[in-house]
Amino acid sequence: MEPWSRTQMAGRVAADIPEGWYVNLGIGIPTLVADHVPPEREVVLHSENGILGMGPAPEKGKEDWWLINAGKQPVTLHRGGSYFHHADSFAMIRGGHIDLCVLGAFEVASNGDIANWATSENDSAPAVGGAMDLAAGAKRVWVMMEHTTKDGRPKLVEKCSYPLTAMKAVSRVYTNLAVLDVTESGFVVRDLAPGVTMEHLRSVTAAPLQEGKLAA
Amino acid sequence: MIDKIVRDMAAAMEGVKDGSTILIGGFGAAGQPDDLIEGLIEQGATDLTVVCNNAGTGRTGLARLMELGRVRKIICSFPRSAGSVVFEELYKAGKLELEIVPQGTLAERMRAAGAGIPAFFTPTAAGTQLGRGKEVREFNGRPHVMELALPGDVALVEAWEADRWGNLAYRRSGRNFNPVMAMAARLTIVQAHNIVEVGEIDPECVVTPGIFVNRVLNVKRGAPWA
Repeated sequence: MEPWSRTQMAGRVAADIPEGWYVNLGIGIPTLVADHVPPEREVVLHSENGILGMGPAPEKGKEDWWLINAGKQPVTLHRGGSYFHHADSFAMIRGGHIDLCVLGAFEVASNGDIANWATSENDSAPAVGGAMDLAAGAKRVWVMMEHTTKDGRPKLVEKCSYPLTAMKAVSRVYTNLAVLDVTESGFVVRDLAPGVTMEHLRSVTAAPLQEGKLAA
Repeated sequence: MIDKIVRDMAAAMEGVKDGSTILIGGFGAAGQPDDLIEGLIEQGATDLTVVCNNAGTGRTGLARLMELGRVRKIICSFPRSAGSVVFEELYKAGKLELEIVPQGTLAERMRAAGAGIPAFFTPTAAGTQLGRGKEVREFNGRPHVMELALPGDVALVEAWEADRWGNLAYRRSGRNFNPVMAMAARLTIVQAHNIVEVGEIDPECVVTPGIFVNRVLNVKRGAPWA
């Protein structure tokens, strides 16, 4: 069994993003996706602090601290990019203008519920940022995460046990073991990492899995 | 002659009262009105409610204002960040009220305040812990929560260019919350890196028209981390 690495997961997500989409990549693993979109394919990256057309990190020594991303790291701007204020930026998100948001998650349920902002009902100090706006507002929400927690507990579940970020928001999940669609009838497996069997996948998933037409 | 440019920090901060709600612009260090925050610390107003995306880092600026016990409540989307030590200490000790608001709802609540909209419905936070206790209505078959406008008594804003009418232009991602906060407060105080003649900012490029601005203080030009 050869689970996908994070880089391979990012490549897998990037391959599914068509030209012309406006995409917001969540903080953490999803940011890796940007490195895998072929340069000739015009995909416009959005950063919720007011950037469309965000480019990669600048070379060392050329950082411009007036130009940072939502993770507060210095970035660059592609030709054709633009700046706008926070209410406009979130109008893009909440108004359904962003084609895709890729988020990390603690749990995803088979009805598309996502939990990715707090690990308990009374976190010492919760922090939500733009997670709820993105999950509720983007046209599509894809999740990119490990299939299980570090100690082996399933992250794909029938019902989230952590506090919800949004209800019925996720349409696809990319893990290190599989790609799954979230459908009206639950999780449908679309692709498996090399050597991963349905039997193994079921043993590390806490929700029913349907076998879909697998990717070639 | 309209002249919103103030001489010094004391003039910029004049009349900020105890118990005020203060909107503070910036996302990370970009567009954060550091000088005005220092001015507020100096000015002395206390029992403040602060609205800011983050809850301060290190022990300077907003973190210092909090450490001095001058902030009763903070309204923000992301209080926990690298170096938010003062916030963590005060919050754990029960010395600070916290209202967590999703970032887009935070921006929209201020935009609404500036636009005379007392409340609005949004699907953001519906069915979550942050939607609890809020009125819920269904639109197009989907639950939405009611959110109230969030007006400020004072907004502290950072701009790149300003003129004496208070027209503002910003710099790159330094724009962020500043324009919506400028709209949402009764007294909007701006720190501007460059003061230009009226008419020098291309009218097509004015982001915040002077109607939303009360006072402008010229600060030393510098990078956000300086």
